[in-house]
Amino acid sequence: MNTKVNLAGLTLKNPVMTASGTFGSGIEFAEFVDLNKLGAVVTKGVANVPWEGNPTPRIAETYGGMLNAVGLQNPGIDVFVERDIPFLTKYDTRIIVNVCGRTTEDYCEVVRRLASQPVDLLEINISCPNVEEGGIAFGQNPKSVEAITKEVKKYARQPVIMKLSPNVTDITEMAKAAEAGGADALSLINTITGMKIDIHRRAFALANKTGGLSGPAIHPVAVRMVYQAAQAVRIPIIGMGGIMTAEDAVEMILAGATAVAVGTANFRNPAVTMEISEGIREYMEQYHVEDINELIGAVK
Amino acid sequence: MAEKYKEQAVIIRQEEISYGIYSMWLKTDRIAGLSKPGQFISVYCHEGSRLLPRPISICEIDREDQSVRIVYRVVGKGTEELSQLRTGRSVDIVGPLGNGFPLKEKKAFIIGGGIGIPPMLQLAKELNCEKQLILGYRDSLFLKEEFKKSGSLYVATEDGSYGTEGNVLDVIRENGLDAEIIYACGPMPMLRAVKEFAAKKRIECWISLEERMACGVGACLGCVCKSKEKDRHTNVNNKRICKEGPVFRAEEVEF
Repeated sequence: MNTKVNLAGLTLKNPVMTASGTFGSGIEFAEFVDLNKLGAVVTKGVANVPWEGNPTPRIAETYGGMLNAVGLQNPGIDVFVERDIPFLTKYDTRIIVNVCGRTTEDYCEVVRRLASQPVDLLEINISCPNVEEGGIAFGQNPKSVEAITKEVKKYARQPVIMKLSPNVTDITEMAKAAEAGGADALSLINTITGMKIDIHRRAFALANKTGGLSGPAIHPVAVRMVYQAAQAVRIPIIGMGGIMTAEDAVEMILAGATAVAVGTANFRNPAVTMEISEGIREYMEQYHVEDINELIGAVK
Repeated sequence: MAEKYKEQAVIIRQEEISYGIYSMWLKTDRIAGLSKPGQFISVYCHEGSRLLPRPISICEIDREDQSVRIVYRVVGKGTEELSQLRTGRSVDIVGPLGNGFPLKEKKAFIIGGGIGIPPMLQLAKELNCEKQLILGYRDSLFLKEEFKKSGSLYVATEDGSYGTEGNVLDVIRENGLDAEIIYACGPMPMLRAVKEFAAKKRIECWISLEERMACGVGACLGCVCKSKEKDRHTNVNNKRICKEGPVFRAEEVEF
């Protein structure tokens, strides 16, 4: 049975990776997960300088989902390069670094710093809904998606994945713009902007008022967008959004994803990524699928 | 790295010990044996629409029997679901989480307010020093008799139905008590007052904080608090309550 997939010229031992922001750099989850069994670890977004993030509360549970407004708190690229990358290189898994910034220059600075690092792929976050500058501001207009993709590609020594926002009218326009800008792959979807009000306190549940909705509640939206994007571009897609089980992961692959990222499910079960990876194998056995690549985009 | 495990714990017994306050003993494989006072466990709901674990402080530890006790208030659907589970049912838990209280041999105030009272019980049992247990309740009492066994007990109630009418600091003042170290857990206004009191009297003070959490293990950065100094891990003035905490030196955090 072959579970290897090819993502922008790199082989992943299986299609299961972690979704940025839910897994840190793997240090904390390594007590529950054998990182060697993951196709890739996608790190929490890192910027050129440390970011403090948003005030608390940053987290609220919703029916079948959760809202977060962490606001891209991160230690900055210097600490990340000294601590997080050396931790991850001890494992036999692909390292994908998620990059965030307030300006195009910020993104490019991080990308340049990573050029000489033992990192396999870069994921450019142009879709965070929880920060005022950067983030989603780059991801909601096809012209700016293409422009930032082009800029980042100038400095990148690793293949570039553009992480897209679902908070757009037509996801295919953004997917095509990223492809036109030279993106090597796409990640979708980031969280959907949401809000929760505590009726007892008559106040917003999150200090930031709005937050990004994730979890199984958004899974059908993610499947639809992965399918639409897969129809619109030739570059590979990493599908994410509410994947809780191997069945959800297979569904995403059938919709057109070459790999899948598991996010919120890590909070429900810290060992879930390994269980999903194993569950995909069981699905393949059950349906006598020799090569996982047969499943990618198999439902047209 | 401190050892922690995900286990399916079995409910040994559960009872409502005060209005809306439940006490549950859980049989674990390894978690109880590793737990320290002031640490917490993540408790997962059976209902699939509730994704996030409920962080609940450890009230008592029976290491010989490999069991832990949690005492929690029903505040929403998750804790309501938990309160309905009967003996013999299991729940998924992860733990032990967080740092716990340092055990120092100094004349101590052990201060608990409301649902911040439970984590102070195991601390009261394990501390080897002169212990003054100061408990603040809104109205109805719980765990009082169990605390009594570990030291001299002082109680305040907001409505004056038992002990001193007022808060935990009112009891301390009314009885003219003093200490060399303070351990405290409770609502934010109480913790702020205790921090201020400790600073004024120059008493070493340790407080336990809470915040909405997602992962519970330090990865998601959901549950931070502001810190006075730049934190070594986050590289900003934020500390992770689930990881560097929940117990902090009062002066190192801002709240």
